[in-house]
Parts: sequence; C-alpha cells; structure tokens
Amino acid sequence: MFNASLSVTDLSASRGGFALFESVSFNLKRGDALRVTGPNGTGKTTLLRCLAGLILPDSGAIKISGENSLHYLGHFNAMKPQLTVAENLNFWAAFDDGKSIVSALETMNLSRLKDLPFNVLSSGQKRRVALARLLLSPRQIWLLDEPTVGLDIVSSTLVEAMFSAHLANGGNVVAATHTPLGTATWQTLELQAA
Amino acid sequence: MMAALYLRDVRLGFRSGGGAMIAVLFFMSVIIMMPIAVGPDLKLLARLGPAFLWVGALLASLLGLERLFQADREDGSLDHLRLNTGIPELALMVFVKCLAHWTVTGLPLVLAVPLFGLFLNMEPPAILAAMAALAVGTPAIAFIGAVGAAAGVTLARGGLLVAIIILPVIVPVLIFGVSAANAAVDPSQAFLPPFALLSALCLFFAVTGPFAAAVFLKGIDE
Repeated sequence: MFNASLSVTDLSASRGGFALFESVSFNLKRGDALRVTGPNGTGKTTLLRCLAGLILPDSGAIKISGENSLHYLGHFNAMKPQLTVAENLNFWAAFDDGKSIVSALETMNLSRLKDLPFNVLSSGQKRRVALARLLLSPRQIWLLDEPTVGLDIVSSTLVEAMFSAHLANGGNVVAATHTPLGTATWQTLELQAA
Repeated sequence: MMAALYLRDVRLGFRSGGGAMIAVLFFMSVIIMMPIAVGPDLKLLARLGPAFLWVGALLASLLGLERLFQADREDGSLDHLRLNTGIPELALMVFVKCLAHWTVTGLPLVLAVPLFGLFLNMEPPAILAAMAALAVGTPAIAFIGAVGAAAGVTLARGGLLVAIIILPVIVPVLIFGVSAANAAVDPSQAFLPPFALLSALCLFFAVTGPFAAAVFLKGIDE
C-alpha cells in the first residue's frame, strides 16, 4: 500500500540568518529508516520541519511522491491538556480520516489511561499518546523529532517494535535523536555545522 | 474532518480555561456600568442602548481572539493542521475555527441581549433589532479577527496588537450594525438597508477573512 519515495538534494537551511547545515542529500525507498544525529544546533529539527513542508529551506529540493503521505511529530505532543486521552486521539482520528483508537491505545499500552485528562499524565505517558496518533491513520513517511524523549525502557521497547512494524510494512521513519533506536537497520545522517 | 475540528474547538471552549463565559461576563460588566455612567435619564439611556450593546459586544468579541490559533501553536496542533495542506484547505479550517469561536463566545452575547437590553431600558422591538444585528455582525468580527490572530500568532503578548490591527476593518460593521439596531428606536431610520449591508459585510468577510488568515498561517517560519 505504501509506494511513496522521498528524495532530498543539496538541501541547505539557516535560522535567523545563522547557517545550519549545507548540501544535505539522501534518498529513502520503501522500508528505509533514517536516524538524524549531530550536535545541538546543527539543524535536526529544521531539517524535519523542512521535510514536513512547515518551513522553507534556503536552497535545494525535497521531492515526496504521493499525496498526504506524511506524519510529523515535533517536540510538542499536539494534544489538548483539557481533553482526555481518548478525546484527543478520537479528534485526530476523525481529523485524519483514521480508524478506531482502540488498537493504537493497546499498542502503546495506554488503554488504562484513556479516560484521564491529558494534563495529569507524566511526560513519558504524554509522549506515548502523541506516538499513538501516528497509528491512527496509515501514512508512509513518519518525521519524528526526539520521539523517545522521556520514555522508560519498557515504553522505548514498545516504540521500537512499532517502528519495526511500520518499516516492515514498507513505511519510512526519519527520526532526529541521540539515542539508538532498536534492532531495525537505520541509516545515519550526521549533520555538521556549516 | 471539519466537523471534528468544530466539535473539538467548541468542547475546548466550554472546558476549564476555555473562556466561553468570559466574553459574556465582560459584556455584562460593560452594560451594567452604562446606566450608572449615564445617570437617571431613562429616555437617553434607551436612545443610546443599541450603541452601548454594540460597543460592549464588540469589545467582548475581541477578548480571547488572539488565542484562536495561539493555543494550537503552543501545543503543536497547528503543525498538524498545516501539514499536507494548501491555502484552500487551511482557509476552510480557519472558517471552521471561526465558527466554533463564534459559537462559544459570540452566540452567548447575542442570547444575552434580551436581558442586557432591559438594563438599558430598551423596548422589545429595539431589543429584537439589536439581537438580529448582533447575530449577523458578531460572526463578521470573528472572520476579521482571524486575520489579526493569524498575523500575530507568533507574538507572545499579541492580544492588544491584534485588536488594534483589526479595529479599523471592523468600523463598517459597527456603523451598519448600530444603524440597523437604531431603526427600532428612531422611526426616521429604516432597518432593512443597513441590515442588508451588514449581512453583505458578514458574507464578504466570511470568504476573504479565512483566506487572508490562511496566507499568514502558511507563511509561519519557525
């Protein structure tokens, strides 16, 4: 079902007049996973936001074949603190024309928490809810900024299994992170200051 | 998908910190002060009633307008609303968010007019005229306000700035709104022409406001 591809050529970006990375190029085919690393301030977040189309790069080209094929998870969880976990996920499921939230809650081990307001959760639990959103509507390319921040070992294992399943389905994961992400085969892109 | 967005925003408005009742409470505070400020002249009060109602409703509508997109930006939701979308889809989302915002803040103002009109010694026909004018005029304020809210979405304390940006554009709405509401008080004025122009303004801003706001939201660079 997934047949989009992502290709990036000669991408350069800056923030507020300060040059970040230069001439970044890579290609992702079905099932490829890419880990973006590099010291703080080299533009990992900027690269992901460029790929998501949220900001424009200075130069270079990003080509994504296929429509509506992106999921993006940034530093913020995109959940409303006043709503419960189930209300939040139901909203995104309806908004993204997705499916029922039951299996996503189970995969992320959240079934017990579904009726709690989002703001009473711990930061690791909040991150798991945010990651559960990715499972609601099937999209090929996941762009994730520090996806496992705040997660304990058990939850990290859950997330790694979720990534492996997505990759095995022919999906792609691009993750900016310093932590290793399990047994799947990850290509690494190390950003360096321009 | 748009129904989901509408329902979520309305639900958030009525949850704690949502601000649904803030506008109507502010409206009440303004209206209660007017008879005290004007003094015991009941005729003058009734004569000025429609104008007071409009200024009170206008100021109350401006409250919380700058949060229209800011709350979504702060928790990361705005990224997802902007993801995989072009200007037309974004404009539709802005339109839906304006409708939800109006349901939560504007509609209670309109429904409160019969009560607040009594405070101002207004006759039932005048109250009805003011209600009709506000029912058409307050959505226009939300559509215009969305442009200011989108322009100021990245400013931390943009509230007053947003109000000042959009006030000049709201002036025509105020002019025709007060004329329509005055028709019931002053027999020399007709109700229908200003009301028709007010409705036209509302429809005009319902189309142009969300598009202008969508252009600002698309251009967010952070």
